[in-house]
Amino acid sequence: MTPELGQLALILALFLALAQSVLPLLGAWRGNRALMAVARPAATGQAVFVALAFAILVAAFLRFDFSVQYVADNSNLQLPWYYRIAAVWGAHEGSMLLWVLILNVWTVALTLFSRRLPDAFLARVLAVLGIISTGFLCFILFTSNPFARLLPMPPDGADLNPVLQDPGMTFHPPVLYMGYVGFSVAFAFSIAALLGGSMEQSWVRWARPWTNAAWGFLSCGIVAGSWWAYAELGWGGWWFWDPVENASFMPWLVGVALIHAQAVTEKRGTLRAWTILLSLFAFSLSLLGTFLVRSGILTSVHAFASDPRRGTFILGFLAVVVGGSLLLYALRAPKVAGGKAFALVSRESAILIGNLMFTVAAAMVMLGTLFPLLGDALNLGKISVGPPYFGLLFPLLMLPVVLLLPFGPYLRWGNSEAPVLKQVLVRAAMAAVACAVIAAFFVQGQLKAIAGVAGAAWVGVGVVLYIVKRWREMARGRRYPAEMAGMLLAHFGVAVFLIGVMLSESLSVTRDVRLSPGQIATVGGYEFRFDGVSETTGPNWTAEQGVVTVTRNGAPVAVMHPQKRTYTREQVQTTSAIDPGITRDIYVALGEPMDPNHVAGAWALRLYTKPFVRWIWAGGLFMMLGGFVSAADRRFRVKREVEAAQAVTATLQESQA
Amino acid sequence: MSRLLPFFAFMLLAALLGFGIWWNSAHDPTAVPSPLINKPAPDFALPMLDTPARTVSKQSMLGKPYLVNVFASWCFACGEEHPVLMAESKNLGVPLIGYDYKDDPQDAKAWLAQHGNPYDMVMADSSGHTAIDFGVYGAPETFLIDGKGVIRYKRIGPLTPKVIAQQLKPAIEALQKEAP
Repeated sequence: MTPELGQLALILALFLALAQSVLPLLGAWRGNRALMAVARPAATGQAVFVALAFAILVAAFLRFDFSVQYVADNSNLQLPWYYRIAAVWGAHEGSMLLWVLILNVWTVALTLFSRRLPDAFLARVLAVLGIISTGFLCFILFTSNPFARLLPMPPDGADLNPVLQDPGMTFHPPVLYMGYVGFSVAFAFSIAALLGGSMEQSWVRWARPWTNAAWGFLSCGIVAGSWWAYAELGWGGWWFWDPVENASFMPWLVGVALIHAQAVTEKRGTLRAWTILLSLFAFSLSLLGTFLVRSGILTSVHAFASDPRRGTFILGFLAVVVGGSLLLYALRAPKVAGGKAFALVSRESAILIGNLMFTVAAAMVMLGTLFPLLGDALNLGKISVGPPYFGLLFPLLMLPVVLLLPFGPYLRWGNSEAPVLKQVLVRAAMAAVACAVIAAFFVQGQLKAIAGVAGAAWVGVGVVLYIVKRWREMARGRRYPAEMAGMLLAHFGVAVFLIGVMLSESLSVTRDVRLSPGQIATVGGYEFRFDGVSETTGPNWTAEQGVVTVTRNGAPVAVMHPQKRTYTREQVQTTSAIDPGITRDIYVALGEPMDPNHVAGAWALRLYTKPFVRWIWAGGLFMMLGGFVSAADRRFRVKREVEAAQAVTATLQESQA
Repeated sequence: MSRLLPFFAFMLLAALLGFGIWWNSAHDPTAVPSPLINKPAPDFALPMLDTPARTVSKQSMLGKPYLVNVFASWCFACGEEHPVLMAESKNLGVPLIGYDYKDDPQDAKAWLAQHGNPYDMVMADSSGHTAIDFGVYGAPETFLIDGKGVIRYKRIGPLTPKVIAQQLKPAIEALQKEAP
């Protein structure tokens, strides 16, 4: 009986979502306060029912209720409880439910933290979120019901895809969705601003913390996904330009552009239409990502079941939401370029160049992702572009960004003088050259590695110089407001990321070897001794576990246990062993026994050393932190409109000072 | 006018995506030809299932066209395909090589013993590493490789009598016409 309650809860949530989308819009249009006041309780009520449905699905997994098709397909009696919870979003239906749940979390957060927003504005924002929620609830109820029954009830279920049975997987999807869905807030703010028309400027400041937080979550989700691919898939790579990875990367790139454009619009009043357009793009790309994953029109390692009916539904929804919002933009976007003028050498120009690069990069990624589809459409045959395309174009597009980055904080709004920039240029360039020369002694002439060190020094020293400058020039307590601290953290993350990417890409060593117990292979200056294979068991798997002792010049470094697991349903999964380190990872994956009847004998092993690979994710985490820290700035706390207007003038004066 | 540009761009994109849905329902999405088609097959050297001491390699197979059929005892769709192979394998005109994918050799042997063995020989890739080079993304899959070691046809998913008659046999006949 309980699963039907879950479905009922979803139906009730759908009605509340409908109320939330229609009535407040009417109220805001007619100036009817009673109708506008529906938004908040409707949103809360909807969240309660969606959470109830979600809890019922979790309970079904915890109680092994295999009479529910979705539970029977994705769990079994041996699956430990934490993976049974993760299994809730391990496949299509449940992950859509998670999507809606997270949308509701954002909506409720908005109702809690934006009590002081103007009523009509908040009503419109919540209505837009209600429309999105309506779409997704319909999608779940009509095409992907997670509560569908399976009769007769099987004694045991199938299994959660073993690839997903990894700690990284338990939180990767929720965090990623927090990011994806978080952009819906900036989207709703933009639509509300377009609808309302009057308050052109203040909405940007209210939207900023939400955008920054969503972007922080998205960064974290992408980092977790990349880490999961590295640790779990056993290929030793961290990014594959896979369509689904790209789907999360496009909103991230546009998000970077949006964060900076919002700063310009808020402080200077310029780029207003562009900021609105970017908010629309960021969320549209999140929806597009959902579409690409769910419709199955592109093949990907993320093997979700695909269904043309679902694809058609999401496409229709995409057309209504994105097409509708872009049409609204065309009709209502600010016609005249407002705000203050700026000179060629100014912070606005630098941000504009960065914006251009990031949006072009997002377009480039989209083109590459949809290329196979274009090939079909234009009858060019089956074509697809892979890492060579992305690997060439992406660094080229990011080069100007890296070159401009150190100057960013030094540049002034409006107009900037050259001398201080020249000083930064000289110092950062000297640091970059010095680091490159030192690095050249260590990297066996790998140009890519040298370039990486130089680039990281260029960016990192630029950031540090600015930190020092603020420390010297500003009074205590005013040195690093959260907004600025976030910016510095994120920019510093770029330097860390550069080190990680360039060094690990150029200096990693991979060897496939055949080792008998007792034999030693040397890779990247480390000796790997293979000590044989033994059997081991886990909650729902048995494994052949190798023991590999790693030494360096005879000194012990690590004892590693790579496994080849066989899960309950005969699915085999390689679980690599990783010895993490700040300057290098050692990575061992177990291949197959040379003689299948004699597992105690020789095995094929894949051995890697990966210098500085961890810095890639560290850089991503710095960026995430940057997003969160700047979202927490006190300046973004919503004040009543009058106060807000004063605050804007105050900031303008301050930034001009 | 320029304000409408994003809208038109999106409409183009939506049309493309709609086309993608239509294309995938009108065409068999699993019929995606491998990028390996008309490219040399990857080098492989795999132990034989029955006598693991002997290996089958790309070099040892050069000279005559052959079919490689990826299967596994754990693979449900392979069970569907199997009777078709049992019936057709002798009429194909080329050797049919079984490719046992990510499988326990004992299970595979038991499976073949139970259901019959349509293959002229079977090689075992229990780790699935070589399968990555072949671009295998799930059993069953079938590759037609010519005498020069070039992949000429690929089928993802089970072979059915219809697929064999309409696609595989014409591909094999074309190969045999080419051959001197």
